[in-house]
Amino acid sequence: MKYVGQAIKRKEDPRLISGSSTYVDDIALPGMLHMAVARSIYAHARIKRIDISRATRLPGVHSIVTGEEIASKCGPIPVAGEIPKMKKPVMHLLALGKVIYVGQPIAAVVASDKYIARDAADLIEIEYEPLPAVTNPEKALQPGSPVIHEQYSDNQAYTFGFETGNTEEAFKTADVVVKERFINQRLAPISMETRGAVATMQMPENELVIWSSTQIPHLLKTQLAVMVGVPENRARVITPEVGGGFGSKLNVYAEEGLVAYLAMKTGHPVKWIEGRRENIASTIHGRDQINDVELALKKDGTILGMRAKVVADIGAYYQLLTAIIPQLTGLLAPGAYRVPAFKFDLVSAFTNKMATDAYRGAGRPEATYLIERIMDVAAQKLKLDPAEIRRKNFPKPSEFPFQTSGGVVYDSANYEAALDKALNIADYAGLRRKQAEMRKQGKYMGIGLSSYVEICAMGPSVAMPAGGWESATVRIDPTAKVTVLTGASPHGQGQETSFAQIIADQFGITMEDVFVQHGDTARIPYGIGTFGSRATAVGGTAMYNAGQKLREKMQKLAGHILQVNPEKIVFEDGKIIAKDGSGKSMGFGEVVTQAYIARQLPPGMEPGLEATNFFEPSNFTFPFGTHVCVVQIDEETGEPKITKYVAVDDCGNVINPLLVEGQVHGGIVQGIAQALYEEVVYDENGQLLTGSLMDYALPRAHDLPMFELDRTVTPSPVNPLGVKGVGEAGTIGSTPAVVNAIVDALSPLGITHVDMPVRAEKVWKILKGRKAS
Amino acid sequence: MTKHVKITINGKLYESDVEPRLLLTHFIRDIAGLTGTHVGCETSICGACTVLSNGLAVKSCTMFAVQADGSEVVTIEGMAKNGALHPLQESFWEEHGLQCGYCTPGMIMCAHQLLGRNESPNESEIRNALDGNLCRCTGYQNIVKAVQSASGKVRRQQTVAAGD
Repeated sequence: MKYVGQAIKRKEDPRLISGSSTYVDDIALPGMLHMAVARSIYAHARIKRIDISRATRLPGVHSIVTGEEIASKCGPIPVAGEIPKMKKPVMHLLALGKVIYVGQPIAAVVASDKYIARDAADLIEIEYEPLPAVTNPEKALQPGSPVIHEQYSDNQAYTFGFETGNTEEAFKTADVVVKERFINQRLAPISMETRGAVATMQMPENELVIWSSTQIPHLLKTQLAVMVGVPENRARVITPEVGGGFGSKLNVYAEEGLVAYLAMKTGHPVKWIEGRRENIASTIHGRDQINDVELALKKDGTILGMRAKVVADIGAYYQLLTAIIPQLTGLLAPGAYRVPAFKFDLVSAFTNKMATDAYRGAGRPEATYLIERIMDVAAQKLKLDPAEIRRKNFPKPSEFPFQTSGGVVYDSANYEAALDKALNIADYAGLRRKQAEMRKQGKYMGIGLSSYVEICAMGPSVAMPAGGWESATVRIDPTAKVTVLTGASPHGQGQETSFAQIIADQFGITMEDVFVQHGDTARIPYGIGTFGSRATAVGGTAMYNAGQKLREKMQKLAGHILQVNPEKIVFEDGKIIAKDGSGKSMGFGEVVTQAYIARQLPPGMEPGLEATNFFEPSNFTFPFGTHVCVVQIDEETGEPKITKYVAVDDCGNVINPLLVEGQVHGGIVQGIAQALYEEVVYDENGQLLTGSLMDYALPRAHDLPMFELDRTVTPSPVNPLGVKGVGEAGTIGSTPAVVNAIVDALSPLGITHVDMPVRAEKVWKILKGRKAS
Repeated sequence: MTKHVKITINGKLYESDVEPRLLLTHFIRDIAGLTGTHVGCETSICGACTVLSNGLAVKSCTMFAVQADGSEVVTIEGMAKNGALHPLQESFWEEHGLQCGYCTPGMIMCAHQLLGRNESPNESEIRNALDGNLCRCTGYQNIVKAVQSASGKVRRQQTVAAGD
C-alpha cells in the first residue's frame, strides 16, 4: 500500500488557494438574467393582494412570477421521506393565497442585473392579512392552537414510535429512575457559500442545464425534470465547486425550480444567489427537538430500560427529508450501551418556522445528546464516575454484530478501548485531582465525557427514502490515464484525493495518473450523492468494486499474453508482474494498450477498460469514540472556556489521516457551537430574531482551543475497504461532552442540567443566584 | 447617475462607469472578472470577501467601488508570483487549512496582513487576527497551523533576501 493510510496533500487545493475555482456565483453566461425573490415578512398570513405593477415598470425587469402561475406550471417541493399516516400538505414553489413562515417565497423577479432584480423584488407590493402564529411545538399540538395547514384539524404532522423489550417491567424493577427534559435547540447549517443556481436552455437539443450548489446532483436532476416538466434525458445538473453543505444542500428547493422555470420561460440563462439573510430564513434548519428522557437503572449503574418522548418541531412544511430526521433519533437513542428495554415515542408538529431537515448529524446528535446527558444525570444521582457508568454498560467487542433496542445492528466496535485511550490522553485521573483542588479554592472546573456511536454510510436502500447505494465508473484510457466517475458529490471533504489514493494503490500506479470526477449528471452514471457520512464507505466501495473488475480483466489479459496464471499477477510500480517465479511482466500501460488494440484478447473478452459498479451496502456502519472536554468557568462573567479537548474517534480504516482529522476538527466545532453559541430564535409571532450572522453566533477562531486527536481502528465488515465514515462524528460526539463538562463544573451548586446554548449569561445567572442565596 | 472609477487590482488598472452603490466586491468579481474573492454574508461578519486595499485588509462587501477609486487592491489572484505560490497558500495546502475553500481567499488575505504586522505571531495572536473571518469546515485548527507555518517561511525568505 503506497498511498492508502498516508497523509497526502489534497489534489483539490491548488485551485482553491489560488482563487481559480468556480463556484456557482462565478458562472456568467451570455444574456444571463438575475433572479431575486420577494419573501413573506409574516409567519402566518393570508395574501390579500400582490401588486407587481411598479416592479414591472422598473427598467431592466424582464419577468415577474407569482404563486398562481407557478402552481399551474410547476410541481410542488418534493418530499422523499414519508411516514405512514403522516399529513402531507402540498408546498408550491411560491406561496398560494397564504404564507406560513417568514422568508417564504411569494414572487420571483428576473432582471438584467442583480441590483435591479433586488430593487424590483422590493417594489412588489404585498398586502397581508396577518393570522395568529404558533412557534412553540407543544403549543402547536394543543387544541385551540392556530392551525397552519387549514385542510387539517390540527398541527400534528405525524407520530412514530416503537418499544423493544418490556420497559414497564424495567422501570418497575429498577433501583433508581432518573428523568430529565433536554431541549435540543434549532440551528442553522450556515455553509459559508450560500445556496445558488444558474439555469439555461441549451440548444440545439433544448437541454435544461442547471448549475446548483447541491450535495445531490442526480436526485436534483430527477426532481427538477419532474417539477418543471422536462424529459429527464433532457435535463442536466452540474455541481461546480460547492462551498460547504452540512446537509443543507441535500435538498430540492423552490429557488432551483424557479430558475429552471424562468430560464425556460424567458429563453435566457437565469442566476439566483442566495443572500445570507435569505439563507438563515429559508434554507433548512436542523435539530429542534424536546426530549423527555427516563432511565431505569440498578444501584450499580446497570441500565435496565429507557423511555424517550420526543416532540420534534419540524417547521411549516416538509423539505426533502424533514419527516425522517427525528426517526433517526429513535434508532440511535440507546447509544453505545446495552439498553435491554427501550420505548420511543415521537410526535412531530408543524409550526410557523422554516422547515427542519438534515443538518450535520441529522437526528443522531439529538440521540447522542439525550443518552449521553441522561448517563451523566444517572452517574450524578448514583454517585458513580461518569467513565465507570459508561464502561459498565458497553457491549463487549465479542458481542458484535450487536442488535440494539433502537432496532439497528451495530457492525463492529470496541467502545472500552476508545474510552480508555481518551482517558489516558486527557490524564483523567489527574484532571479529577485538579478539579478537587480547584473546588477547594471555589473555582468551577468541569470534565465532560461523551462515548458516542453514530449511524453512518447511509445506507442500505431498504432503510433509505430514495436509494442508499452509490455508483462509480472506473475507466482506463488507451494512454493508461485513469478516470473515476463517482456518484458521490464531495463539497470540501476531499474525495478527489482519497479516491485517487485508493485507485492508485489498486493498480500500482501514481496518484497523478488518476482523475476523480463528480457532480455532472451528463458525465457520471446515476448516483445518490454526499451526505450521511457515506461518500467513502458507499461511494468509495462502488469505485473499489469497479476497479476490481478492471483488475481482474487486466490480470486475465496479461495472463493470456504472458502465458501465466492470471491469479499470480500483481500490480506494482506501474508494472503487471507474474509472481510465479517466471519473472515475466508487462508495463501497466502495455496491458492497457492491448485492451484497446484488441488483437490478443482471450476468447470472449470484450475490448476496452471501463467498469461500473452500483454498490448496495448490507448495513449502515457505526463509528464511535470518546470525547473528553474540560471547561473552566469564569466566575465574573460566567463564560465557560474550553481548556482541553481530547477526541478519540474510530471511523474504521483510514484512507487519509489528514482528511479524517480535518473532518473531526470541523465536526467538533459545530458540536461545540451548538453547546455554547448557536440558536435560531423566532419570537412568538414567528419573526426570525437571528436573521443575520450579526445575531446568529458562529464560533470564531479565538473561541476555540487546539484539539488533541487520536484514533482506534476497528474496521467495518460492511464494506471491503473497512471504512466507517467520519463526516459527522465530531458533531455528534462533542455537544454532550461540552454540556456534561459544564454541568460537572456547576454540580457543586446542585445543578443537574443546563440547556443549550450555554452562554455566559446563563451560567452567570446560576452563579449569581447562588451568591444571592 | 454613474461615476467613473479607476482601481488597480493586482497591478492591473480597471476602469468603469459604476453606480455609486456598486460594492467593491462586485467591481472585483463582475467588472474585473476576478472571482476568487467570495461573498459570504453581506454584513462584514464572515470575511470571505477580504482583500487588501492600499495594503490594508478590508471587507470588500461593505466598501463601495467609488470609495476604492484610485486605490491599489490585491486579491487572492495576486498572491502567487511568477507561478510560485505565496508561503501562505503553500502552508494552507500543506496543513490542510481548507476544506470547501470558500472562506480560504479571505483567510489568506487577512493572514497576509497579520504577517505584515507581526512576523512571528503566537497562536493567540493568530486566532485574534482571524476573528473577522469565519470558517465552517476546519474548526480553525489547521488554519492556525498554516499561518504559523507560513510565518516561518516568510521569515526565512526575508533572512535569505537580507543576506543577498
